[in-house]
Amino acid sequence: MEEDLDDLFRDDDEDPESEFNQDREYSKEMVVFLVDASPPMFAALDDGGDQHEESHFHVALDCISQSLKTRIIGRSNDEVAICFFNTREKKNLQDLNGVFVFNVAEREHLDRPTARLIKEFDCIEESFMHSIGSVHGIMAGSRENSLYNALWVGQALLRKGSSKTTDKRMLIFTNEDDPFGSIKGAAKTDMIRTTLQRAKDAQELGISIELLPLSRPDEEFNLSILYADLLGLEGEDIAQYIPSVGEKLEDMKGQLRKRMFKKRKIRRITFSIVNGISIELNTYALIRPTVPGSITWLDSVTNLPLKAERSFICADTGALMQEPPKRFYPYKGKNIMFTTEELSKIKRVSTGHLHLLGFKPLSCLKDYHNLRPATFVYPSDEEIVGSTCIFIALYRSMLRLERRFALAFYGSSSQPHMVALVAQDEVTDSSGQLEPPGMHMIYLPYSDDIRHVEELHMDTNVATPRASDDQIGKATALMKRIDLKDFSVCQFANPALQRHYAVLQALALDEDEMPEVSDETLPDEQGMARPGVVNALEEFKISVYGENYDYEASTKAESDAAKKRKAAAETAAMECAYYDWAELCEGGKLNGLTVVELKYYLNAHNLPVTGKKEVLINRIMNHIRKV
Amino acid sequence: MFLLLARGEELQALIASFRNPSLLFHSDTGPKLGSALPSHARWSSIGVQINLIYNKNDEVGVVLFGTEGTDNELTREVGGYEHVLVLCESKVVDGDILDAVQRLPRGTVPGDFIDAIVVGMDMMIKKFGVTNKGKKRICLITSAREPIKEPYEGTKEDQIDTIASQMNAHGMKLESIVVRELASNANKNIMDENDHLLSRFSKKAGARVVYVEDPTSLLGAFRTRNISPVTIFRGDLELSPRVKIKVWVYKKTSEEKFPTLKKYSDKAPSTDKFATHEIKVDYEYKMADDTVKVVPPEQRIKGYRYGPQVVPISSAELEAIKFKPEKSVKLLGFTSVSNILRHYYMKDVNIFIAEPGNKEATLAVSALVRAMKKMNKVAILRCVWRQGQGNVVVGVLTPNESNQENIPDSFYFNVLPFAEDVREFQFRSFSGLPASCQPNQQQQEASDKLVMMLDLAQPEKSEDLRPDFTPNPVLERFHHVLELKSKKPDSDIPSLDKTLKRIIEPDSKILLQNRALIDEFCKLFDVKENPKIKKSTRRLWTKTSSDGEGESAQGGLNDHGVPSFNSEGKPIVSQIGDKTPAEDFEAMMARRDGVEWVNKAMKDMKSFIYDLVENSYEGDAYSKALDCLIALRKGCIVEQEPKQFNDFLRQLCKFCREKDLASFCKFLVSKQIMLITKAEAIDSDATEEDAINFLVKTEPTT
Repeated sequence: MEEDLDDLFRDDDEDPESEFNQDREYSKEMVVFLVDASPPMFAALDDGGDQHEESHFHVALDCISQSLKTRIIGRSNDEVAICFFNTREKKNLQDLNGVFVFNVAEREHLDRPTARLIKEFDCIEESFMHSIGSVHGIMAGSRENSLYNALWVGQALLRKGSSKTTDKRMLIFTNEDDPFGSIKGAAKTDMIRTTLQRAKDAQELGISIELLPLSRPDEEFNLSILYADLLGLEGEDIAQYIPSVGEKLEDMKGQLRKRMFKKRKIRRITFSIVNGISIELNTYALIRPTVPGSITWLDSVTNLPLKAERSFICADTGALMQEPPKRFYPYKGKNIMFTTEELSKIKRVSTGHLHLLGFKPLSCLKDYHNLRPATFVYPSDEEIVGSTCIFIALYRSMLRLERRFALAFYGSSSQPHMVALVAQDEVTDSSGQLEPPGMHMIYLPYSDDIRHVEELHMDTNVATPRASDDQIGKATALMKRIDLKDFSVCQFANPALQRHYAVLQALALDEDEMPEVSDETLPDEQGMARPGVVNALEEFKISVYGENYDYEASTKAESDAAKKRKAAAETAAMECAYYDWAELCEGGKLNGLTVVELKYYLNAHNLPVTGKKEVLINRIMNHIRKV
Repeated sequence: MFLLLARGEELQALIASFRNPSLLFHSDTGPKLGSALPSHARWSSIGVQINLIYNKNDEVGVVLFGTEGTDNELTREVGGYEHVLVLCESKVVDGDILDAVQRLPRGTVPGDFIDAIVVGMDMMIKKFGVTNKGKKRICLITSAREPIKEPYEGTKEDQIDTIASQMNAHGMKLESIVVRELASNANKNIMDENDHLLSRFSKKAGARVVYVEDPTSLLGAFRTRNISPVTIFRGDLELSPRVKIKVWVYKKTSEEKFPTLKKYSDKAPSTDKFATHEIKVDYEYKMADDTVKVVPPEQRIKGYRYGPQVVPISSAELEAIKFKPEKSVKLLGFTSVSNILRHYYMKDVNIFIAEPGNKEATLAVSALVRAMKKMNKVAILRCVWRQGQGNVVVGVLTPNESNQENIPDSFYFNVLPFAEDVREFQFRSFSGLPASCQPNQQQQEASDKLVMMLDLAQPEKSEDLRPDFTPNPVLERFHHVLELKSKKPDSDIPSLDKTLKRIIEPDSKILLQNRALIDEFCKLFDVKENPKIKKSTRRLWTKTSSDGEGESAQGGLNDHGVPSFNSEGKPIVSQIGDKTPAEDFEAMMARRDGVEWVNKAMKDMKSFIYDLVENSYEGDAYSKALDCLIALRKGCIVEQEPKQFNDFLRQLCKFCREKDLASFCKFLVSKQIMLITKAEAIDSDATEEDAINFLVKTEPTT
């Protein structure tokens, strides 16, 4: 009974490591990309005066390629299929006309993305016309309906897997808002009816159909002709769905990229406001460090994965044992015992999830009040109706009233924390939403976590030097010169990660050459070498350091330890010369020397001086042999 | 209190004044807190405890002042120094000190903190001389409300200067925590003078002075663990290849983790005095198909996942192809503060200070800090802290202007995300949401009022729950339990102390004062459970896998969405649903296709009741919970499982009292719910009388 209750109180799905370092494995996603390959998709677009011409088709492929690369790194359990429609050739299980499912060796049609898929997909555009071909699939007088066929193929591909544990999606890329425009009369109504019915059937099977419309520069993609019905959109939803007219291709790509991934919540939490009023929030991990995937140990002979077996061994008796139920902690010379239940009870200082404590102005949130990446919260009315309304009211109050943030206690069982909820206004630009509206939950440190480093090197009795107005002025001028106007926090790719995956991809495809990956994080040397910048830097330097300042010599006080080390090395070098080390070593007479004498040699040759006498002798012998 | 350790050798002294109970706590809340002093003493003991845990060799001494009695060496040697009592000579922390601190005598006469400091210094100098520089700490806790005696010669300031120079000479650090409630009726002139004296200490001897107003902050301000900080980088901050500043980088925040407990082995014979009781965890790697053969470490190779493939890379290969940046800290440029939103800070925070003793570097940092502050700019850096580090860090440098004249200006450094770290999920604009989700004007006003009312940083008060003064309740509780268990190994885990409750719950005093406002807020906003969707309440408690959710929707739906029926044509119930929990429970208890259903039914019912009680708003779910409880009781009698019910009821009541749900217990009393008695089930441990009185007697005795 005891244990049952404790089970109730434990949040066993929480593991801080996994939550903060990577996405947890939720239900996986199965995606079928349906790409329109009709001739209008290949029409060259004028990209705001840029020389090279791009087509909608290219944009779509680009986005899919990006998405594949992201998935193979972060969500390699997702399964994808790439399917073109309005094609000359056909390749699909049902043998339907005008639909071509793209695939590579060693892979099912709907399967996890592989290195080969990514590689071959990246060069598909060149060979597309030749090997697959583009035609108008829906023509007056013909009974072919390539859109219908595409939906059917997509649905057939998504047949596997349970819809409970997987998210099934079809993403349609097209720039044709009226695919049946060329057909008239009863044939048209008939075609529309069957196509809509096909879409509805798919949706009833738990497949969501989404559209990524590519607007032509001169006209807006009109959803109401066909696609609103096909996707099952109504009223306000349509307004949400319409993309802004793609003025720039880059913006269009940005919009598509953002919509390729379905948002996944970490968990649903309750936020208790006052007096028992609780609302429902979903939490999302918008920012989490991406790390190279976990290591699987392999047998180097067969390259087959190994499985690890854990065993517990009693340190006193050497007996093999089961995982013990108790833990201990040495305290006051005794071992204090805890059961796992007791430990989880100690950690569970608060039930429920998020408790409002009060509000503070943003100036109270210091730059050093941070421990880990923030978590985003957005309200949901799914279980508690009225949550969104309260959330929005508080959110607006917080934004309006001198920019306040809410202080709350987040009682998650593994890491209960005080958190700051900072309201974030929505920020959008032509490429879509940059900052979603909602609140960011910032994990605050406790006093135990804050160190008072500033006080460490406090000057006593004398005031610390402070910059003069002139120096500050020079620094200000410098800042104006080296100003990153459009800096955005995530403009750099992580060079270590890029390198890691580029190498993996090359190895996975048995390529001989290792790819070069550029490091975008290096300073802009050209920019820094501009005369204006150089002058500003020079003026700042002179104002702070004065003319003819010897930068290295300024390190006035080498630390005492460093001095000692240096002195020791010097004497050692001198003393060392008195011995004939090679002979001592050959004759096995090193043992006759004292440790102090041995250390002369080690110090003089910059070797570590730690360890017992035998270790030192071994180290010397190794060194002499090498030389 | 003093402390010193043999290896890391650290000394600390705490000098505490306890003349007046209201000194440390709001006297008007005194009766509620119980007697203030024991409560304070407990904090001190926790402080000592922390020392004990982290640094076994620390030495601590305790000096009290403002006491009736006088007992110190200086009085004996030179006279004077009355009302200063050395409670514990400096020694390695042990149980004696803890006990002594827990029974601190209360002070009765005005205390002179300068006398106390001198006595403390004298103790430390006598014991350690000039050794252990920088590791001797004196911690002063005082309200600094009583006048300081005029010295025999010179002024008080002179006296402080003398003391300060002695402190510097002996490498001692003073930390003062001034505990002072607002609106106190103490003499303002005296307080101002004392504040002035204390600030002189910080100027002359680099002492730290902290002002706190409530016990929670005192606990947070009372720094016990003195980690000697280690730089993570020493070298050049390169503005350009030609212009550099020598800096040191330290950690500013670093999460103090819950201690790791060792696994306990009971295999060693009890006679073995030297048994470690530790357990070694051993890993063996075996072929997946062959459970016998162990693959030796040298035959193992690391494999990295790339999609479905696992790519083997040997360590040597990895080393050869790894990204290897050079150690450096380089400026990429400056940008507006508004370009860096607060939620992009990724990790714990570092601090950049100019190389100590390097005047020019200090000036350069100071100039940049002040210019950045003035211009509202921040700097973007690319950092490689160590040679051989496998990645680079891009982060933001923000100015930290010092407001104390002997502390240099510095920068805080926060890590920013890379492109791969950001997920661009799209959310709907709030203005685009349906009208039912938009607060009306009245609601907006109520919300504005709520936000203003729950202000934790009122201008005339010091900021409440400042992270810098807020202790980690989990660690505090762990240390408390440790102490309890060292005295009585089978001690229960106590509920969270009142002082710590402040951190996890809103201040009930403020809530009470603004009752009307809150009531209005609650009235204006309508929150209710979504009637369309069956609330999967269990998620709050336990992990519900996605399929579990589907299942819980309605009892008896199988995978194909078709209800299954048993032979009698009744739907088979395998879950307690929200609509008819009591019936579902009975149906499950009655299932004869497996014994496990009885257990499952009981278990599910219990968690269901917990959910109801926990999630009920102003008792709205109590009657439903009562029905369930009655059903459970009946079921347990039928199955002759009295322990299941009795233990559950006890737990539930305990739980309710801990969580401020005592109204549920009252409700149960009024409905005459009682334990299962011996008469009802022979295995019961409760007599008739126990059963009836159980709820009554466990009512909190406030």
